[in-house]
Amino acid sequence: MTDAAPAVAQNFPSASPRPSLDCPAWNVPPADALALLKSLRDDSGYDMLVDVTAIDWSAEKSPRFTVVWHLYSTTAHRYVRIAAECASAADPVMPSATGLWPAANWHERETFDMFGIKFAGHPDLRRILMWDAYPYFPLRKEFPLAGIPTDLPDPDIAAGMKAKVIPAPMAGGPFVATPGGAMSDAEPRAKDESWNEGREKK
Amino acid sequence: MVTAPNELTYNSKIEGDVVVTRADAAINWVRNHSMWPMPMGLACCAIELMATASSRYDIARFGAEVMRFSPRQSDCMIVAGTVTYKMATALRRIYDQMAEPKWVIAMGACASTGGMYRSYAVLQGVDRIVPVDVYVSGCPPRPEALLDALMKLQNKVKRERSASKLFHKSA
Ligand code: SF4
Repeated sequence: MTDAAPAVAQNFPSASPRPSLDCPAWNVPPADALALLKSLRDDSGYDMLVDVTAIDWSAEKSPRFTVVWHLYSTTAHRYVRIAAECASAADPVMPSATGLWPAANWHERETFDMFGIKFAGHPDLRRILMWDAYPYFPLRKEFPLAGIPTDLPDPDIAAGMKAKVIPAPMAGGPFVATPGGAMSDAEPRAKDESWNEGREKK
Repeated sequence: MVTAPNELTYNSKIEGDVVVTRADAAINWVRNHSMWPMPMGLACCAIELMATASSRYDIARFGAEVMRFSPRQSDCMIVAGTVTYKMATALRRIYDQMAEPKWVIAMGACASTGGMYRSYAVLQGVDRIVPVDVYVSGCPPRPEALLDALMKLQNKVKRERSASKLFHKSA
C-alpha cells in the first residue's frame, strides 16, 4: 500500500493538509467527509475506525466544533486523521459514519453525549455515558469540571432520598498528577493546597 | 480414643435441654457469623474485594464468604468502587430490595467520599444515598483493611438491640 496523500490531493481538492506531529492529517468540509473516509477505507487500506471525537474551541471561536476521525490500516500499520468543522455552533451537525463502520455507532453517541454534536443518519443517537435526561454536555468548554446542580436519573429515588446532583467540592482542585519528583508528590493532588497546613501557601 | 473432659462442657443431665441467654446475644451471634455480602463491585476496589474472598485472605473465616448477587439474600452491601450518579439510583434500588437487617460497608476512597473523582459524574460519597456503617480508607484498601472493617461491623452488630428494641419500645 502506498501513502494516501497523492490520492487525497487528486480526488479531494477540498481537503487541505492539517498540521500534525504524528500521522498524516487532513481538514475536509463536512459535505466531503464521508466520501473521503470511504475512499481511505476502500482505496488506501485504512480499514479500521479507531476513534471519533470532537474538539470544542470555546464559545467565542467560530467555527466552534471540529469532529475528528482516526483511521488505522491493519495491513500497513499506519494511522491517518481527518477533521471536519461543524458549520453551526448552536446546532452542530455532522454526517454519521455508521454506514461505513458499525464501530462509529457508539463513538458518535459518546461525542453527542459529551459535546452535543448531532450525527445525521445515526440509527440510534442517544446519550451513552450520562443518563438520557441529563441536560448538559459535559465536555463543552463552558461546563465546569465540578458539574452543575441537576436532578438524579430516577425521580422516585431522588424524591425519597432528597438527593441531587451537586457540584463536586474541588478543595483546591482539579486533582492532577504531576510526573517526576517524589512518588508522594506525583500522585493526583490539588494544585492549590492552601487548606493543607503541611504545605506552603500559594 | 481420647474423650473430652465433660466437666467443662454443657451437661444436659444437670441443666436439662435448656440454655439461658439474652435474646439479643443469641440473635446478634447468629447475624454476626453469617453475614452474607452483596458485592457491589463498581470499580478497581472490587478487585481487592475478590482477593479478600479468595483463598489467601479467605473472608470465610468471618462467615461472610457467601457473596450473594441477589439483594434478597444478602445482609451487608459492600460498595467497592466509584459510584457514578447514573449508578447511584440503581445502587439505592438494590439497597431497598435487601431484607432487614442490613448493613453497608463503604470500601475505599471513592465509595466513602468520591475519592479523587471530583467530577460532574461521580456521587461524592455513597452515604448521600444509603446509610453507611463502616468506612474503609485506601485506594484501594488492602484485603486486611476490608477484613478489619468486617470485624468492626461485627462488633457493631454485637452491640445492637435486635430483640430488646421490639420488647422495650419506650427504652
Ligand atoms: S478508591 Fe481507588 S481503587 Fe477504589 S474504586 Fe476508587 S479509584 Fe479505584
